[in-house]
Amino acid sequence: MPCIGPDGNPTVTGKKVLSALKAGKSTPEAVAEESGVALFRVRSGLRSLVQAGMAELSQDGSYKITEKGDALLF
Amino acid sequence: MEEDKEQAVSVPLLGQPAPAFEALTTHGTLQLDDYKGSWLILFSHPADFTPVCTTEFIAFSKIYPELQKRGVELLGLSVDSITSHIAWARNIEEKTGVKIPFPIIADLNKEVATLYGMLHPGQSKTETVRCVFIIDPDQVLRTILYYPLTTGRNMDEILRIIDCLQTSDEHHVATPADWRPGDSVIVPAPLTQEGAEERMKEKYECVDWYLCKKKL
Repeated sequence: MPCIGPDGNPTVTGKKVLSALKAGKSTPEAVAEESGVALFRVRSGLRSLVQAGMAELSQDGSYKITEKGDALLF
Repeated sequence: MEEDKEQAVSVPLLGQPAPAFEALTTHGTLQLDDYKGSWLILFSHPADFTPVCTTEFIAFSKIYPELQKRGVELLGLSVDSITSHIAWARNIEEKTGVKIPFPIIADLNKEVATLYGMLHPGQSKTETVRCVFIIDPDQVLRTILYYPLTTGRNMDEILRIIDCLQTSDEHHVATPADWRPGDSVIVPAPLTQEGAEERMKEKYECVDWYLCKKKL
């Protein structure tokens, strides 16, 4: 997974995506613009971050960082 | 009959939606949907650590910045493992200084290769041939190219096709043989007799009513 390492922690790319979520960016397009990560990698990365419980996907299609994601950011 | 069955290859067609997939790549698990809104060149190569493919990967990497300027992403594929892809990409960088910037699908179960008709048993029963699928932002197949195992692809032509497709989409025109950006484009031919008569009165460069060009 591009955003989660084999140890279960966010990778460099994962941290960039999480940082963008923490900064209030809630769509893949906004996260891509904020983080400088290509949109296709952001979409894939958000899927893996949600699966790992580090991000949440709301019913309206927006994303936000979770407590777990926040704790692993630094 | 068995031999006939083995020879039957399903090939997606131009104008159809590109077959959806989820695949393990050198950049993690990717789905076709992840590329929605971007142009995508999905291409296959026969095998990692082979000479023609190595020259192609270097060439694809070199045109990647030009592709990105045009909103195009690249996605490679072969029937090799992730570790093989990673080792090969690292070897190319170590030996030539060229970093492979795009993901490569490890299609060990040949799932994506089968969906896209990349396996041609007459060429090889185990390796994908050199295919290029150009997929538009709506995920419709717009161009399909096949090259034999012994012939490396022409990057200028791939860039030219992207320029042609994007120009046609933006300006509702066609592009003539050997067209390059800046050349005159073809105005769609009229579909009625009245249209043909009118066409000759318009200020285009016309050979006849059905072949008229204009500058953009």
